[in-house]
Amino acid sequence: MTATLDRPRDATRALVTRSFATDRRARKDHPLWFLVPALVVLVVFFFIPTLFNFIYAFTNWSSFKTEIDFIGAGNFVDLFSSGALLTRLWITIVYAVLVAVFQNLFGLILALLLERDTRVNRAVRVAFFIPVIMSALAVGYVFQALLKPDGALNGILGFLLGREVDIAWLGSTTWTIVVVALIHAWKWMGLSMLIYLAGLKTISDDVVEAARLDGAGWWTTLRTIRFPLLAPAVTFNVATALLGSMNGFDIVQATTAGGPGGTTELVNIFIFRTFGQGLFAQATTMSLVLFLMVMILAFPVIRILRKREDVL
Amino acid sequence: MSTSTSERGRIRPVRVVQPIVAVLAAVVLLGVPFWIVVMTAAKDQASALRPDLRVPQEWHLLDNFATVITDGRMLAALGGSLLVMVPSVLGVLILGSMAAWILGRRSSRWLAVVYALAISGIVLPPAVVTIVLLLRQLGLAGTAVGMIGVYMGMYLSTVIFFVTGFVRTIPVELEEAARVDGASPVRVFAKIILPLLMPVLATATILICLYIWNDVFYALFVVGGRLDTLPLNLFQVASAGLYLQNWHLIFAYIILMSLPLLITFMIAQRKIISGITSGAVK
Repeated sequence: MTATLDRPRDATRALVTRSFATDRRARKDHPLWFLVPALVVLVVFFFIPTLFNFIYAFTNWSSFKTEIDFIGAGNFVDLFSSGALLTRLWITIVYAVLVAVFQNLFGLILALLLERDTRVNRAVRVAFFIPVIMSALAVGYVFQALLKPDGALNGILGFLLGREVDIAWLGSTTWTIVVVALIHAWKWMGLSMLIYLAGLKTISDDVVEAARLDGAGWWTTLRTIRFPLLAPAVTFNVATALLGSMNGFDIVQATTAGGPGGTTELVNIFIFRTFGQGLFAQATTMSLVLFLMVMILAFPVIRILRKREDVL
Repeated sequence: MSTSTSERGRIRPVRVVQPIVAVLAAVVLLGVPFWIVVMTAAKDQASALRPDLRVPQEWHLLDNFATVITDGRMLAALGGSLLVMVPSVLGVLILGSMAAWILGRRSSRWLAVVYALAISGIVLPPAVVTIVLLLRQLGLAGTAVGMIGVYMGMYLSTVIFFVTGFVRTIPVELEEAARVDGASPVRVFAKIILPLLMPVLATATILICLYIWNDVFYALFVVGGRLDTLPLNLFQVASAGLYLQNWHLIFAYIILMSLPLLITFMIAQRKIISGITSGAVK
């Protein structure tokens, strides 16, 4: 082991871990029972419920009966034929994509705006991080008040335009999904901003300087040099925004509760609602569908995260 | 920074415009919502019916705080929040670090599978409905212990992921020295590894506190109606009769509930920000 000391760190790590596996002493020095408590908690509170998902989605478990019987794929057929399943899945995907786009766009613009290390910029950065630490539910209520037809936003618009404005921001069956996605992005853009700022810091000044000496303007430098070098930050931000919003609940529940007409009913809101109605099997089925959807989308994401694990 | 080096000698208009734009963005995007929260929280019920930008004629901020704390059962909710958050965070930090130490130091095909499964919870959503069923079978439904278990199951993955990466950067030689002196694995872990993990554990603590303190979705399923936490209480009072349209009370509640995290953040913002961003991108 000590022979590898003077190698570069990354190479050393691979060698050290490999030689450890074959080293019998390693077993005594790093006993496996250290894994046991964490694995017990994970198995009981994470894996068994997940396994249950695959079982109870095929039953008629509900609050109306004491017996739980297998009914095959009945829940899937019902949810599929009523359109409930595909509609909610589609709404959730649209929401997740909109959030990922807005959150990254705002985060990147803020990072570029606040890039220089001045006192004003540092203060503004801190301010934009406040929504991140606030409860999403609270953020939802704030925006519900702000966006009411007789709320403050319409008041401000009316003042600026000089006439009465009464747009129902949260009452459109087409556009409200965009509005709630914007609220979600508002809450989390401070985090994206920080990640982008950290990414911008890692770009060496020499590269940017060289481009500038070649006559490239701010925009060309950003588009051709800095943005490509931000790739890791983009991956991280997009992945977390997508996964976070697919699992979203609080903001939408607090602003629209799934309305109007169910057009903002995310999978999690559907699960919560059907669970509240005592339709446990239906809720379980939807929970399983969400699990499968995230898993399909998450495999590439996990690969990316694992590649970066030593960086994080 | 790069703008300054290339344009020596003359003041660029950007230097003047940028701070103005920055402050303006903060005022419009953050100032307006926060202004409404504080102003509405300071109004009486009649003038808070329509939350707007107006400054209250009489300030009722403290009265509203008092109403929320007494009628809104806020102290019980605060107790509930702390009751589930503190053990959950301590639990995931200790169990997660123990597991991560082994996963970071040893390697085999079997352990690679264990590691992949252990960190899968970072992306995979918890089975929120069947957790309730399982807790019933275990006799933990609606209890703080059940909630703590659920949170630990959800966030162990995050800790294991963060800490395993960090463990691998700690030279094994540091452990060797202690081992030569005859220290047991428990001792090596507690005396050598755990203190070295402090920076990464601090980051994990911040993240997990943020998640648990603000969680309402999982709490609704697991302890809803049985045990109050701050977000659960906010959800119940805001959606039930008492606070319907009582924006002054809802916003007073929101301010009080956000204060602990806000104060912590203001005190330690530099550390928190560098902790969260450190190495997220390289």
